[in-house]
Amino acid sequence: MKTTITVNGQARSLDLDTRTSLLDALREHLNLKGSKKGCDHGQCGACTVLVNGVRINSCLSLAVMHDGDEVTTIEGIGGEENLHPMQQAFLEQDAFQCGYCTPGQICSAVGMLKEAAENWPSQASEDLTGAIALTDAEIRERMSGNICRCSAYPQIIAAIRDVAGEVA
Amino acid sequence: MSSVKDWAAPNPVTENRSGIIGKGVERYEGKLKVTGTAAYAYEVEPPSAPAYGYLLAATIAKGRITAIDISAAEASPGVKLVWTHLNVPKQARRGERINPRSQRPANPALAGDRVEFFGQPVAFVAADTWENARAAANLIRVSYAAEPAVLDFRASLDLAEMPDGEEDVLIGDFEGAYARAPAQIDETYFSPLQNHVQMEPCATTAWWEGDKVTVHTSIQMVKGGQHALAETLAIPSEKVHLLTRYIGGGFGGKGQAYDDLTLAALGARALGQPVKLTYTRQQMFQATIHRPAVSMRVRLGAEPDGRLNAFAVEAVTHCARSASFVEHAANFSRNLYAAPNRLTGHRLVKMDIPHAGPMRAPGEASGMLSLECAMDELAEKLGIDPIELRLRNEPDVDPETGKPFSIRQLTECLNTGAQRFGWSRRNPKPGQVRDGRWLVGMGMAAAIRGNFLLPAKAGVRIDGTGVITLRQGMTDIGTGTYTILAQITAETMGVTMDEVKVELGDSEFPPAPGSGGQFGAATAGSAAFEANMNLRRALAELAIGDPNSPLYGGDPTYVTFGNGNIAIENRSESLATLVSRAAPDGVYVEGAISPAADARDYSQHTYGGHFAEVGVDTVTGEVRMRRMFGVFAAGRILNAKTAKSQVTGGMIWGVGTALTEGNVVDNRYGSFINQDMAGYLVPSHADIVDLDAIFLEEADDKANPMGIKGVGELGICGAGAAVANAIYNACGVRLRDFPMTPDKVLEGLMAKGL
Ligand code: FES
Ligand code: FES
Repeated sequence: MKTTITVNGQARSLDLDTRTSLLDALREHLNLKGSKKGCDHGQCGACTVLVNGVRINSCLSLAVMHDGDEVTTIEGIGGEENLHPMQQAFLEQDAFQCGYCTPGQICSAVGMLKEAAENWPSQASEDLTGAIALTDAEIRERMSGNICRCSAYPQIIAAIRDVAGEVA
Repeated sequence: MSSVKDWAAPNPVTENRSGIIGKGVERYEGKLKVTGTAAYAYEVEPPSAPAYGYLLAATIAKGRITAIDISAAEASPGVKLVWTHLNVPKQARRGERINPRSQRPANPALAGDRVEFFGQPVAFVAADTWENARAAANLIRVSYAAEPAVLDFRASLDLAEMPDGEEDVLIGDFEGAYARAPAQIDETYFSPLQNHVQMEPCATTAWWEGDKVTVHTSIQMVKGGQHALAETLAIPSEKVHLLTRYIGGGFGGKGQAYDDLTLAALGARALGQPVKLTYTRQQMFQATIHRPAVSMRVRLGAEPDGRLNAFAVEAVTHCARSASFVEHAANFSRNLYAAPNRLTGHRLVKMDIPHAGPMRAPGEASGMLSLECAMDELAEKLGIDPIELRLRNEPDVDPETGKPFSIRQLTECLNTGAQRFGWSRRNPKPGQVRDGRWLVGMGMAAAIRGNFLLPAKAGVRIDGTGVITLRQGMTDIGTGTYTILAQITAETMGVTMDEVKVELGDSEFPPAPGSGGQFGAATAGSAAFEANMNLRRALAELAIGDPNSPLYGGDPTYVTFGNGNIAIENRSESLATLVSRAAPDGVYVEGAISPAADARDYSQHTYGGHFAEVGVDTVTGEVRMRRMFGVFAAGRILNAKTAKSQVTGGMIWGVGTALTEGNVVDNRYGSFINQDMAGYLVPSHADIVDLDAIFLEEADDKANPMGIKGVGELGICGAGAAVANAIYNACGVRLRDFPMTPDKVLEGLMAKGL
């Protein structure tokens, strides 16, 4: 099925099997292997990408559903020569070990900060309609869809905290 | 064989003139990982478009395949081949070896009609796309004749037997001393079967060039994987080029090759096309190894002052029927506490479930849960602080062998941790601290894990631009190997990290044993150090023998390296100048490390202390971590950042062990009930609050030339027990059945009328 997805700012036209997940379209058809497959069932977050600015598990979404969408993957967040501040913070805080969950964590963190800035509430929020104070508890709750089996959690929170700044 | 005496003299790493050793430099391969450009096994670009493989797994625990119909699968769109035990290409028989010095025997895939565990691969499909391969695999119809199987460990404890070639270690008169002890503890603790859940599933990309196969696979041991595949295909080892540059977590579960390696290689040969094959997450649970469950009886007999007089730690565990793996869950206790009368040993139940095998700190991780909780119980019984109880049982020499410790800072770990954590604020009486509906408590545990050095080699080359490249058939499974090898190289050669390259994970590089048993850093690092020392010698000779060098004719014993230069006092030139002039093709040398014979004269371990604070929800029985702190002593630390990440990661595994992690066998089918990450709960962000760790200053000159030790497994040892003890201190519920899920805690709370 013909599908056009704008990936990292570039329109990409593909002829896809309707069973192909967005994750497999990225990895196997567009050679964007930064998005990882950890479970293929929406349980680990390694495949997190931003679709129209919002983070999703790309393994849980069929690629053909994204005709006309804008997708940002880790490759679009920043490259070796132009690291995104979140990537830089992950490096500095040693917020990863094996690195397999890392692209998902970073995409998720970038998406999460935007959600919080727009005052989307979470389970950890005191007030469902007011401004969100991005406490560590908020960050942890909002990042909990991204598993890190190496368990770099304290370092990941520190990295996100570096980028988000201290709570006012 | 070397001697520990050879390691006593100062060397560039122990002198650490430029300060690179120990520094928390960023990961060598970090930029690749944060940008998603590090290529893991399934992501490597093959020379031409690959076919996609898919495995079909058995749905019985034990029995025989009576019929297998592949016609629909073969007719399915895009399918290139369908293999079962009836038509898979010929492989060597299981256990066969043809190559001298092979580390692993043949391990054929789809080898027969026997099914030995649920999840065992029984068919393989290759197709033009992954979707087509998966669809076709699901069209295969398999009929089985199932046979009675042993599936329930707890119900099979009476089948336990002494493992082959083992015996109990009995010192003194345990039974008599225990019977006479004024204070006794006799409890049995249960730790469940656990899964590694590495984030990257096992995967292989394979292709052939002539009679040589290239495989990129996710494995912790380069040589082991290469040899296993060569034996299985019955070809010389040199005909297998195995690469494993980035590995998405191993934790022991990728210490061996699985059928993805064999079938990708065979498939690529049959199709004349590269093949990619990965396990699904479900197959990772069912068809790779796991940490076996352990039932551990602990008996402690103590004097009123807490001194242990009698001490027994007896483990019952399990492994696959055809295997002999023993989870040595009692071993750690042989070196931990003093007691004159001692009994330790293991029993094994053979079961018809997937293979048990090593998982992060095999032995200690499950074993320490028992003794470190039992010590807490004894402390309470005697009214002694749990730290004090441990200090009173601190041995002067190894309590089993009588050998001196190379260095032992357990006391310092516990005392420092107590102070930093605020242990004095703990109320020894359980159930006293309330915070709304939460009961809050603190617990602690000791940590011990052995330290090892294995034989290894490394190669190092300097080119005419002064760039130094270290090569080793070693792996980095997230442990930081790339980074520490770069640090060792930079410090030894007196250059900056920017002038060093590290290349790992290639069977054509000088071999190292790989990542496992927390021996990686010490083993690979020491070989790298020796290679660099040899490079120093080679360059010194080169300069001294070169009339155009300012060092010409000098005395090699006075040659120094630093700031990118080679020098004798004030005569110096840059390494780049020397090599480009005197050896324009570069200089390559190798180095090797082997264990010192007399290292065995010392009892050598890494140590730590864990401190945990939890809240127990009196309404739901839920346990939440509030704080956790660890203090560790593990030799000289090469990289403050990556070493700390290793131990905090291990501590978090301990939290998972205490609170959520465990798998259960479905006694009808022999499958694991939890077969994905929604059912098997590893810790997530929200579970981990305020967790930190420090290392004590240490250098162990009996360990290796650099005085370093492993840290990858130490963090998990005892960690779960500290959490369990905190739960008890919070609410007075003593659970001996891990993990301590809300249902168990709630039952305990209700029994206490809370
Ligand atoms: S791969 Fe998508 S959530 Fe795990
Ligand atoms: S870094 Fe390995 S899973 Fe997160």
